[in-house]
Amino acid sequence: MSAQRLFPQFAIVAASIALLCGTAQGADLEVQLSIKNHRFEPTELKVPAGQRVKLIVNNQDKTAEEFESHSLNREKVIPGGGKATIFIGPLKAGRYDFSGEYNEATAKGVVIAE
Amino acid sequence: MFAASLIIFRETLEAALFVGIIAAATKQLPLRGRWLASGVVAGVIGALMLALTADQISAWADGIGQDLVNVGILTVALSMLVWHCIWVSTHGRQMAMDARQLGASVQVGQRKPWALFVAVALAVLREGAETVLFVAGSLTGGGPVGTGPVLLACALGLVAGALVGLGVYAGLSRIPTQKLFAATNVLIALLAASIASQLARALSQAGLIENGTAPLWDSSAWLASDSGLGTLLHALVGYDARPSAIQLGFYVAVLAGIYLGTRLVLHKSNGTMSPRGASTN
Repeated sequence: MSAQRLFPQFAIVAASIALLCGTAQGADLEVQLSIKNHRFEPTELKVPAGQRVKLIVNNQDKTAEEFESHSLNREKVIPGGGKATIFIGPLKAGRYDFSGEYNEATAKGVVIAE
Repeated sequence: MFAASLIIFRETLEAALFVGIIAAATKQLPLRGRWLASGVVAGVIGALMLALTADQISAWADGIGQDLVNVGILTVALSMLVWHCIWVSTHGRQMAMDARQLGASVQVGQRKPWALFVAVALAVLREGAETVLFVAGSLTGGGPVGTGPVLLACALGLVAGALVGLGVYAGLSRIPTQKLFAATNVLIALLAASIASQLARALSQAGLIENGTAPLWDSSAWLASDSGLGTLLHALVGYDARPSAIQLGFYVAVLAGIYLGTRLVLHKSNGTMSPRGASTN
């Protein structure tokens, strides 16, 4: 395979990436979630389906917690007394479990997209 | 107790597999142990610093500071691995030939595996920071479990993770030298692709990418991401039960980039270098 013939292939790969990387625009719906005594509050978050949501997690405990959800494909550590933003979705209608990995016994919740 | 061990095990596993593969890939380099150890130590120091500044970092950029740091770490690690793959599959083949001809080659001795050193440090840094935050939380959390048992549980998880890494290294080491380069290079290319997929996810999580973030499929009923095998495959080849289009796009693009980059460099060196540099394609 010649070098000249490889360049168009590079270009195609690069263009596909550029196409997929649309930049964020417009205001996203904001949803608040707190962590207190190793529990989420509220434990049920209702969000609209088919729309990206800005989840703001406020950790009121002194220790760090990791927001983890395999169904939402997200994980993020929120330091003790800290806040963090996690963008989720757009989601299909359904239930999406999440948990606090560091305190899995108590920290549980679910996002309901409808 | 065991929950703590399991969490530390999961965090350690990814870094340990990484180090195991890199250790096998650099088996022939003298002072390799020193390079790897420095990489791990640098990673641990970095992890402690990252954990100490977690509060400030988390608050940056409207709550996406941690993702931005992650994106930076992943981007550098990705560049190092891609560069290494392309370099090794071209010059490395030459090196392997020389090494066989000369025994311990002088040329090999002059190669400093700095790209892999950086990649190892970053892998330890990324997994280590989360581990430090978790352990710190367990110690200060005032839970029912005392300091001793918590530390013991964490040590168990760490040792178990390290053992898996050692196992992978031992397994790879049985591969004959001529084939070891090719085998480890494929594994490193897959690690690079896996890092690219994580990079795409970090960008989606931070809201910096909007398109293609919905999952393409859901294979969690077949093989859940948090199952034992799922965790192992995630660490080795970037398995994800619900990958988004952008993750898959990044994954495939990196593999294609490494393949094409290697072909391109080989093609160039075939034209200009000695006949010994001729490739096998």
